[in-house]
Amino acid sequence: MGWGSVFIQFLNGLAGASSLFLVAAGLSLIFGVSRIVNFAHGSLYMLGMYAAVWLSSRVGFWAALPLAALGVGALGSVLEIAVLRRIYRAAELLQLLATFAVVLLLRDGALWLWGPEDLLGPRAPGLAGAVQIAGRAFPQYDLLLIAIGPAVLLALHLLLTRTRWGVLVRAASEDREMAGALGVNQKWLFTGVFALGAFLAGLGGALDIPREPATLNVDLQVVSDAFVVVVVGGLGSIPGAFLAALLIAEVKAFCIGLGWSGATLVAEFVVMAAVLVLRPWGLLGRPQPAEPQPAQIPGRLARPGRRLLAAGSLIVLALGLVPLAFPGYATVLLADVLVFALFAASLHFLMGPGGVPSFGHAAYFGVGAYAAGMLVLNRIAPMELALGLAPLAAGAAALVFGWFCVRLSGVYAAMLTLAFAQIAWSAAYQWDALTGGSNGLVGLWPAAWLSAGSAYYLLTLLLCSAGIGLLWWLVHTPFGYALRASRDSPRRAEASGIDVRGMQWAAFVAAGLGAGIAGALFAFSKGSISPETLGIQRSIDGLVMVLLGGLHTLTGPVWGAALFTWLQDAAARSFEYWRAATGAIVLALVLLLPGGIGSLRGPRP
Amino acid sequence: MKRLVLLALLVSGNALAQVKIGELNSYKMFPAFLEPYRKGMELALEEINASGGVLGRKLELVARDDGGNPGDAVRVAEELLARDKVTVLMGTFASHVGLAVSNLAAQRKVLFIASEPLTDKIVWDSGNRYTFRLRPSTYMQTAMLIPEAVKLKKKRWAIVYPNYEYGQSATASFKKLLKAAQPDVEFVAEQAPPLGKIDAGAVVQALADAKPDAIFSSLFAADLQKFVREGNTRGLFRDRTVLNLLAGEPEYLDTLKEETPEGWWVTGYPWAEIQTPEHRKFREAYRKRWNDYPRQGSVVGYSAVYAVANAVRRAGSADTEKLVEAMKGLEMSTPFGPIAWRPLDHQSTMGAFVGQLARKDGRGVMVNWRFADGANYLPPIEEVNQLRKQ
Repeated sequence: MGWGSVFIQFLNGLAGASSLFLVAAGLSLIFGVSRIVNFAHGSLYMLGMYAAVWLSSRVGFWAALPLAALGVGALGSVLEIAVLRRIYRAAELLQLLATFAVVLLLRDGALWLWGPEDLLGPRAPGLAGAVQIAGRAFPQYDLLLIAIGPAVLLALHLLLTRTRWGVLVRAASEDREMAGALGVNQKWLFTGVFALGAFLAGLGGALDIPREPATLNVDLQVVSDAFVVVVVGGLGSIPGAFLAALLIAEVKAFCIGLGWSGATLVAEFVVMAAVLVLRPWGLLGRPQPAEPQPAQIPGRLARPGRRLLAAGSLIVLALGLVPLAFPGYATVLLADVLVFALFAASLHFLMGPGGVPSFGHAAYFGVGAYAAGMLVLNRIAPMELALGLAPLAAGAAALVFGWFCVRLSGVYAAMLTLAFAQIAWSAAYQWDALTGGSNGLVGLWPAAWLSAGSAYYLLTLLLCSAGIGLLWWLVHTPFGYALRASRDSPRRAEASGIDVRGMQWAAFVAAGLGAGIAGALFAFSKGSISPETLGIQRSIDGLVMVLLGGLHTLTGPVWGAALFTWLQDAAARSFEYWRAATGAIVLALVLLLPGGIGSLRGPRP
Repeated sequence: MKRLVLLALLVSGNALAQVKIGELNSYKMFPAFLEPYRKGMELALEEINASGGVLGRKLELVARDDGGNPGDAVRVAEELLARDKVTVLMGTFASHVGLAVSNLAAQRKVLFIASEPLTDKIVWDSGNRYTFRLRPSTYMQTAMLIPEAVKLKKKRWAIVYPNYEYGQSATASFKKLLKAAQPDVEFVAEQAPPLGKIDAGAVVQALADAKPDAIFSSLFAADLQKFVREGNTRGLFRDRTVLNLLAGEPEYLDTLKEETPEGWWVTGYPWAEIQTPEHRKFREAYRKRWNDYPRQGSVVGYSAVYAVANAVRRAGSADTEKLVEAMKGLEMSTPFGPIAWRPLDHQSTMGAFVGQLARKDGRGVMVNWRFADGANYLPPIEEVNQLRKQ
């Protein structure tokens, strides 16, 4: 790379950073004030793109940009009033579930409104061409983008420091209850902040239309990039988000400039892992209080009584008889339900009793599946032995990743788990010789004696119910009590001689082992595995199952897994817009049963 | 799809034994390709049933969304087999989903017509008795562009491809075939942006810095649009010839409009200009039924349904083993002309059109095109045998 191209790649990075910053700034603002992890933020960006392309053929490009952004902002305030306002008091992560449902609704909504084809926007009138910089043509429009990032940063800074509204926003981010006690109308403050965040996301999308076509798949890509930026910058810090967007965009531009384009697959996640290991609160973030607020401490988790145990055994027995009564598809679907129930139960063990949120639990599911596949395909172990060894690989991965993750807390820990999961995913995706690359591993069927009839289903039932039972039992062992004490009051737990981090680390490994069993069972039931088994989508599915079931109930996540798996299967069969149907049902459940479906079974002590 | 399922329910009411196609595809993940695909299937189905069905039975189609990932796809396929009792499996889009379903087909011993996936592995390295593939594969389409690449007599080539199996194997085949035909060729830069997430400005700049004489690309969809726009603005394509797989397919070309880069050599489907009798008939029927013009996906969906119908007719039965034998060497007509299903590797000889991009009235078209018959762009028999043995 000559100096000319170094300079141009630097400018490319700057231009890329701008829209990333706009989206991330909105996400960060919303989180700072309302503690909502807005999963639908990428969808708002996507709507900004579609609206801007659609409007620009009607009112012209330059008028379309602000109009699209305002429209998305207005939609944001509607979302806040109609959905989020009802669930601020529910468990922290429940809002995540609600916004996940919104993602599904908005994607199918955009498909219905604008159709399946990508929409390439117009070039910006007046800035359509290129200027010569360092002997190379550089797009004029990118110069505008480079200027917009810092301009928005300045505007937000002035808004937050020089206006009364900004002072109230900052007061609410510092201490919500105190601000409320002083007579600040929080309702409208939250609505305003959410609308502003949505406006910024919409503006980011609208500004990008001369560079990228509006596509439906952009929502999850953008939201994961924006999360990374927010966390790397430090939650709630707008200048931090700016710095992080710059850092990540430059790293990517130079990976490409130096010819390491394969590295861009995970560049941002590698950056995030490095930053979080070195600076646990992000670049410009401030440490959050480690001690949970009394309101956040869940109620006591009752020891399962005899009736529950009896009911559980009856259910397992009934499931064992299903192949006799309903041969055929029922066992195929039930096998999936069982595998995901174990997956959800292991995630729940880590997040509920363990108190360590994880956005990357699919890593252990996937490592289990891949380990099983590699052992069998390379003829290192027969299928039965592979099924036994694979979870150990997942446990080992959890041992390594967990060591880093338990040193952080809250959303930071969750994002570090996601970073590790993405790094594992990219290894599976790119390491062709070992993992089969993007195609994955093909030809993993159970041994002959297990393929016959419903033998494999019964094995799945046996292993999954044993795994779930063990995890539940663990919650009520001395280890489980120490774990819950560490979650509810880390300082007191430490003072009573409990090794808080050690407990959480052990919980990580137990959860990893459980997910690994599920993954290995999954691999042999499908006959093939691909990188998706450890992708973001699988992690999100796990989260949705746990939250649907109820984070602070014991059996809830298993019901959540059953409901979600069945729902996806049934919706895909019955509705053309099955994503939207799933989203609508999840949203209804969130609003009606904020404690999760596990809370249906009588009041908790 | 709902309509299809309803239709299926209505038809199954007056059931004699029917031949059922269990079609699964990522309809909601790749709607731009698969909406036209579905329309093509429905048109074929209506035509076949209007002319009496197959073996005096009605041909029936059960279409399901496969969720776009192998895990769900395998479950959906199992459901089609167990609950809907389908005769054959058909469909899939992405390579890894296609491979997973193909693997299931071998395990459950059921015929699978892989209509769309392009991966070479589905008929070669991972090929099996029960899987047949319709479209020309990544290797075949790359080979179709090689004559044009050789004619250019350019020495310095740069390559850009989406970072997954399709792009990787297109690149590997291109390098191997071009090197064989033109030993002094040099590959001066290679960019593999993540699928759907190309950082186009930086990629275009990096390619320009390598000062290539020509570029081979296998980008498509959103990546292609971003690449084209940045490349146009930054002058990457000035005095350079670009070869781009698939870029002439209406699904990808139509979105480029005024941005369409002139002179690129591409594989694709110039639907408006193909005047063979079989294509005219298809195009008119499609227009009449859907009030729209056909896309590449329409042709694939249409021909896949006809493949099943023809196989059943030839087998004289809906029995899987007889169907597999009937598929081997089956000759049939498609909108692209006659094709045969090779007994050797179960690949159809369907071809593609090779031509150059041009702008006409603000939209992209293909000019100087020729039809490349798939039969002429397959590797020697020994090579295929070697691959299938593994």
